[in-house]
Amino acid sequence: MIGIVDYGMGNLFSVSKALERLQTEFIISDDPAELAKADGIILPGVGSFRDAMMLLERKKLATFLKNHVDKGGFLLGICLGMQLLFEESEENGPAKGLSLLPGKVVRFSGRDSKNNAYKVPHMGWNKLTFNNHSPLLKGLEEDYVYFVHSYFVVTNETEVVAASAKYDVDVPAIVAKDNVFGMQFHPEKSGSMGMSLLKNYLSLVKGRQ
Amino acid sequence: MLTKRIIPCLDVKEGRVVKGVQFVSLRDAGDPVELAAFYDQEGADELVFLDISASHEGRETMVDVVRAVAGSLAIPFTVGGGINSLEDMKRILRAGADKVSLNTSAVLRPELITEGADYFGSQCIVVAVDARWDETLGSWRVYTHGGRRATDWEVIAWVKEAVNRGAGEILLTSMDNDGEKQGFNLALTKAVSESVSVPVIASGGAGSAAHFEEVFTTGKADAALAASIFHYKETSVKEVKSFLKQKGVVVR
Repeated sequence: MIGIVDYGMGNLFSVSKALERLQTEFIISDDPAELAKADGIILPGVGSFRDAMMLLERKKLATFLKNHVDKGGFLLGICLGMQLLFEESEENGPAKGLSLLPGKVVRFSGRDSKNNAYKVPHMGWNKLTFNNHSPLLKGLEEDYVYFVHSYFVVTNETEVVAASAKYDVDVPAIVAKDNVFGMQFHPEKSGSMGMSLLKNYLSLVKGRQ
Repeated sequence: MLTKRIIPCLDVKEGRVVKGVQFVSLRDAGDPVELAAFYDQEGADELVFLDISASHEGRETMVDVVRAVAGSLAIPFTVGGGINSLEDMKRILRAGADKVSLNTSAVLRPELITEGADYFGSQCIVVAVDARWDETLGSWRVYTHGGRRATDWEVIAWVKEAVNRGAGEILLTSMDNDGEKQGFNLALTKAVSESVSVPVIASGGAGSAAHFEEVFTTGKADAALAASIFHYKETSVKEVKSFLKQKGVVVR
């Protein structure tokens, strides 16, 4: 069973609908005791990093997520949920993240190296480039997925970045380290490619049961 | 590289898809859920549903439509029409839409944009702008109420205001070009796209695949929206995309 973390940030409906289509059982909850019953966790989220962390702390979900990962449980962060896995974000002044992965979250500058303006947010379909082997990419070919975000992850540990997308810079799109995963784009909105990626995550969770 | 998006638009009235030509004369064109699935298969990058129901019952029906579409569609979709309050946004977004589009209500009360952006994030808030060339203004004027009412806003001033208030995307319709199938309004689209930092969806005037190429290159649009040429199968999303690929425009 999958536990979707409901901490009041963003659209859980489309994630849950995607799981329904994949015929996966899930619960949606903000209660660590409830979520502890799940085999794998999905942390969705859109909105502000600082607000999200505040809510996760207040509902004791931050501690729960860290413990869940420590015990070897699988965790998938989507969009803001992926950014929260890292150490800190510069959004609305520096804010601490869950620190499950090394790196920080910064804003797209909106100016390329030649000082030409480009659009922020990074919104729309962009192609994944696979950088490192990851069980999430099993059986898949590089394809387009749907992004909507103004901030992106910067990390020195390149082996964490399983796939990236080019938008002025190389944007980490799929991150993976042991049992912790993140997708900067919205797999639940990314057509068949997105569904395949979710399916691979669900298989991993299932494999551990 | 980020692709240019092709977005079919479906006008929904009392739960059924209809299409207006230059905002009048409607023709029934089908079931929203079926059409959504069809366009997803065709390679549409997103969909826009515009609720043109006038009645309260029609609005309630729209929430059911949104829920049904969200349950079956794996690409993003936006819902516009009759969204006048934060409560309306909540109903539509919680039913599973990815974005809401504000038009008249945003002009009447620009704070609504900020309220939506603060609550859901800018990425959920599209501001739709109906613009028509105005000789006395020497620019395009913003219209509301389905194009029936002129406002005091000049289009560039209004889109800047909308973005400052938290709009995450601009859906720009040229009333001069809409329904004519002679191509998008390139000058208008370029002017708006260059004056805001957020993506711009061009709308109004699509008649052929070549029109899409123009609006992405000359018009600097990030996305392009069309309705009747897709609904009446004058061309298809697939055809438009293969044409764009040949011309070197990056599409999915």
